[in-house]
Amino acid sequence: MSEAARIHLRNALGRRHRMETAFRWSAMITGGAIALIGLSKRSKSGVAIATAGGLLSYAGAKAGTRHRELIARSSILLNCTPEEAYQFWSKFENLPLFMRHLESVNLLSETRSRWIAIGPLGRRIVWDAEIAFDRKDDVIAWRSLPDSEIYVDGIVKFRNAPANRGTIITVVVVYQPPAGSIGGALAKILGKDPNFMMRQDLRRLKALIEAGEIPTIEGQSHGPRSGVAAAARLINPDEPIKGKGTLTGIAAARRRAS
Amino acid sequence: MKAVCWMGTEKMSVETVPDPTILNPRDAIVRISSTCICGSDLHLYDGYMPTMEPGDIMGHEFMGEVVEIGAGIDREKLKVGDRVVVPFTIACGRCFFCQQQLWSCCDNSNPNYWMAEELMGYSPSGLFGYTHMMGGYAGGQAQYARVPFADVGPLKVPAGIPDDKVVFLSDIFPTGYMGAENCNIRPGDTVTIWGCGPVGQFAIRSAFMLGAERVIAIDRFEYRLQLAQQAGAEIINYEEVDDVVQLLKDMTGNIGPDSCMDAVGMEAHYSGPIWVIDRGKQALRMQSDRPNVLRQCIMACRKGGTVSVPGVYGGFIDKMPMGQYMNKALTMKTGQTHMMRYMKPLLERVERGEIDPSFVISHRVPIDKAPEMYKVFRDKQDHCTKVVLDPWANGARAAA
Repeated sequence: MSEAARIHLRNALGRRHRMETAFRWSAMITGGAIALIGLSKRSKSGVAIATAGGLLSYAGAKAGTRHRELIARSSILLNCTPEEAYQFWSKFENLPLFMRHLESVNLLSETRSRWIAIGPLGRRIVWDAEIAFDRKDDVIAWRSLPDSEIYVDGIVKFRNAPANRGTIITVVVVYQPPAGSIGGALAKILGKDPNFMMRQDLRRLKALIEAGEIPTIEGQSHGPRSGVAAAARLINPDEPIKGKGTLTGIAAARRRAS
Repeated sequence: MKAVCWMGTEKMSVETVPDPTILNPRDAIVRISSTCICGSDLHLYDGYMPTMEPGDIMGHEFMGEVVEIGAGIDREKLKVGDRVVVPFTIACGRCFFCQQQLWSCCDNSNPNYWMAEELMGYSPSGLFGYTHMMGGYAGGQAQYARVPFADVGPLKVPAGIPDDKVVFLSDIFPTGYMGAENCNIRPGDTVTIWGCGPVGQFAIRSAFMLGAERVIAIDRFEYRLQLAQQAGAEIINYEEVDDVVQLLKDMTGNIGPDSCMDAVGMEAHYSGPIWVIDRGKQALRMQSDRPNVLRQCIMACRKGGTVSVPGVYGGFIDKMPMGQYMNKALTMKTGQTHMMRYMKPLLERVERGEIDPSFVISHRVPIDKAPEMYKVFRDKQDHCTKVVLDPWANGARAAA
């Protein structure tokens, strides 16, 4: 089973992740304490105890470093049938319409596709993926081919929402970035919170499927912007400015009033 | 084109900006014939709403003529040349909420959904000219505006009826009406309405339309109370009264009004120590709103009654009388107006002559005078109740 599918299952089943974390910490702490006791004994048995404690502590720490992947997970309600949602998603060429970091996805064969993501400064990351699992109107899983630059592994699940409200889709994508500049570029694309990015992607998907277009204000007219806002926009055109000018404006007005 | 731009707290300016263009298939461009300043614009003017940016185009009450439509619009629904009133809420018409007629809760019209999501858990619909948190859409205090999802929102109006009678279908008339509908009025009920601004005025008239026997209106400006009285309301000037809640009890045989409406919102004025505390907290950003009208509504409302809140609130409030609200078995109904539910039925009422919404207009000025009118409206100078802007008037001539 792929990593993304496992995570999907784990989230569905509940507590395993928390238990893993708990094991890690308790092993590190208990192991460390046992090692200290052993060292304080200054005898042969003490050395043995210290070694055992050290091993336990090491196992705990090792368990922690195993999960290096970046996980993006989210779900959304679509006002359409699972068939329609499945139809749309199963054409991977559609994904760049709402996943902003993707430049294109092209089919190479029935099961293989080439994905191109755009990173900072136009840096492109290219990988080929294959369909790992596909059940019509229910689930699609895909993963990068073994010799790809990065490891990507994704799953999307479609299910009927209660009360005929449409389809709830749940998406999990796992990335394992390599060391070096490609890994850095990938981390930059996904941002501090990969789940947040996935939420925005799915919100655009929802608008596209339901309203037929993605709402936007990019390119609309406006009056003169302040220097601060213009600079912020230059750094990241996608990010709305949170109104820093407003706060100072309010503070100035308050000072005047008082 | 000319547009009224927010350039900072208490800084409005008429700027020349590029004309709007179609950005999405379901967009239309409207050449604006009449546009207004809304009471809720004053919260932006005063700088209490977060996520404004200098340069944002203001305004969400406007009407005009369709001059361009996008490729995604069905010509049966809207075409170039149609005369339309544009609602202030933007709705896609196809999501779960639109299909439930909860138009102001549309899921697909706010491009900055995540910003409102952070503050409220979920985002309401996008709004024209009302912060980036609510979409950042350029507003309608301008000569032209881009209208997204134009096959859903704009209401076609016939040529014979003047702008003054229909422009308020863009916000305040439906907002007052929904405020009254949210009062859950049964024939013979007594409704008390805090705030006799434009929304309050329409709420008073709507409450009578919906069968209320008595409407009690509260404000502190005599000229606004007079307008309320003309509609048949009993009036209270709260600055001349020690205890509004006690007076309402006295007026209703100690049972209290069946419904209480807060048509004031986040910038209420009151007095005493609680005013000092609320005002100070708001200044220090410890709470975003001054909620004393809401508190009074809850205290005054009869047991089992309804509190309706069309007044705009921004975020968090303190000293909410929750125990009173719970123990008295009250219901509260709120929301930005679900515009598309009300525009057509209310247009029909106007056409039948049941109401002439132009009664609320106190000032008609060219758009160039908008910045000073914000101050006049905010400070209630010159008996100001409602300002209508003409985007095309020659400023010098019309001012003379």
